[in-house]
Amino acid sequence: MSLFEVKNITVSFGGVKALNDVSFTVDKGEIFTIIGPNGAGKSTLFNVISRIYEPSNGEIFFDGENISKIKPHNISSLGIARTFQNLELFENATVLQNMLLGRHIYKKTNILSEILFTNKARQQERDHRLKIEEVIDFLDLQHYRDTLINGLPYGVRKNVELARALCTAPTLLLLDEPSSGLTNEETNDLGFWIKDIQSLLGITIIMIEHDMSFVNKVSDRILALNYGEILASGLPSEIKENADVKQAYMGE
Amino acid sequence: MRFIFKTNYAQDINIARHSGDRFWYSLLIILMLAMPFLIDDFYLGEISYVCILAIAGIGLMILSGYTGLASLGHAAFLGIGAYTHAFLLTNGVPFFASIPIVVIVSFMVGALIGIPILRLTGMYLAIATLALCFIAEHVFIKWEHFTGGNRGMAVPQPEIMGMSFYDSTTFYYVCLAFLIISMFAAINILRSPTGRAFVAIRDSEIAAQSLGVNLGLYKALSFAISGAFTGLAGALLAHYIGYLAPEIFNIFLSLTLLLLIVVGGMGSLHGTVFGAIFVGALPQLIAICRDYLPSAIGSQPGLEPMLFGLILVLFILYEPLGIYGRWVKIKLFFQLFPTYKKQTFKKQKVFTKSDRV
Repeated sequence: MSLFEVKNITVSFGGVKALNDVSFTVDKGEIFTIIGPNGAGKSTLFNVISRIYEPSNGEIFFDGENISKIKPHNISSLGIARTFQNLELFENATVLQNMLLGRHIYKKTNILSEILFTNKARQQERDHRLKIEEVIDFLDLQHYRDTLINGLPYGVRKNVELARALCTAPTLLLLDEPSSGLTNEETNDLGFWIKDIQSLLGITIIMIEHDMSFVNKVSDRILALNYGEILASGLPSEIKENADVKQAYMGE
Repeated sequence: MRFIFKTNYAQDINIARHSGDRFWYSLLIILMLAMPFLIDDFYLGEISYVCILAIAGIGLMILSGYTGLASLGHAAFLGIGAYTHAFLLTNGVPFFASIPIVVIVSFMVGALIGIPILRLTGMYLAIATLALCFIAEHVFIKWEHFTGGNRGMAVPQPEIMGMSFYDSTTFYYVCLAFLIISMFAAINILRSPTGRAFVAIRDSEIAAQSLGVNLGLYKALSFAISGAFTGLAGALLAHYIGYLAPEIFNIFLSLTLLLLIVVGGMGSLHGTVFGAIFVGALPQLIAICRDYLPSAIGSQPGLEPMLFGLILVLFILYEPLGIYGRWVKIKLFFQLFPTYKKQTFKKQKVFTKSDRV
């Protein structure tokens, strides 16, 4: 059974159709990659899934539930986490504080117990920290716990954003161009991590990506978009040979 | 230079980061407690005023410094706190029962105003809060039954354990106690999920939302908490002034609070105290300087607001992190001496954020 399903999604900005009747399904435990030239509607698709944009038509199902009318801040408590194309970290906070925000949906205290900082509040901080340390170990962030985001190199920032998303303990992870701006070595590490997230943590991944060798290495299935419409979808080997995809990327 | 070796998660949760913190802050509190024995009544009154300003500063700091929402209308909350408190005291409510009611009333008013107003952002929010300031002033004038209108309203000075508020030592201890309580309350909020959500909203609304922070709710909550602190400060201010009149809570008072947090240092609770000392001492400094200036300049009316404006501009240009930011730099200079580099605090611009998400 599919974990995630997009059904006939159409998004228009004025007269421009950013997405036109797009439908696909993602199975549990899969790494599903969306490719396409600039302006193909990939990021729009992500923003529709995280409910930042309102689709003019169509529905989205997650775990059998229709999520196309849910409020944007309730998406993450369903188990969907995401990263952003241009980093959206909390810049004047430390790495730890950023990751603690990933635990926000598990908050159990109210404002009164927080003002008094009761034992419950203290215990909650400790429990969150335990979970966060697991992610820190997983992504090798030990050195950076108390560093402000402001002072971190770009590659580490990308890593922190992934870590923050993992802290929400999601079942579905949306990665928007995870390898952009990374060095070859960092991209290689990222490949291993994504594979590990899939196999060790059992998280399903939908990813937008441009680096084709990276895509072919990690993806289970690929969807190609162009001008808001689906060009092709299938296994990496099929997409590689697809005539439409070749034309969209390389011209005649 | 101190190296902190962390062996326990509690070290990141506790308020004091290390034993040095505990030592210096205890020393500071002891010094503050001994203050009435060290200085005379006039300066004690001034320090009480600084404490009141610092409490109001904490309120505005949570809203502007931590949640990133500008407010030009916080004098309204000072006024609401002051008038509510004076009204309750006049009607025979004891001091220690009146204060919690004032805090709750200001919290409620903050939430009620915050829910519609916080749909606006940036400049428009500033204008809306500016309007709030004028509306509040007008209400204080027109609602005569409650506020005494333009005639004003005398604030009863209660007795606590047989000691009158007319005694500046008693009043000083009350103000100091409320400042310490407010400080701890603010620190506790900021090290809990709610405070982190505020910081998240300040730094990136879209990321905060995608991590499950309900933007509307937390902005309103921030406004309400901010209102509660400022209302408390207003109640104490009522005693300090002694006689309330609507024009006290005008736009200039709002701007003074804004000056306080900018000069003190945005996004730090230390900044509220530094800023309060600065704002509390500045009129005295100006008064002293007047005597030494040529009379053509010294006797000009409106010298004070002009200097306030000038200082605000200079701080924004040359020290955006305020007095606290400067203090951190000086401290680091001596910690790293002689290897301090000027570039340490230069904000590096590696890439620019675009509007795409």
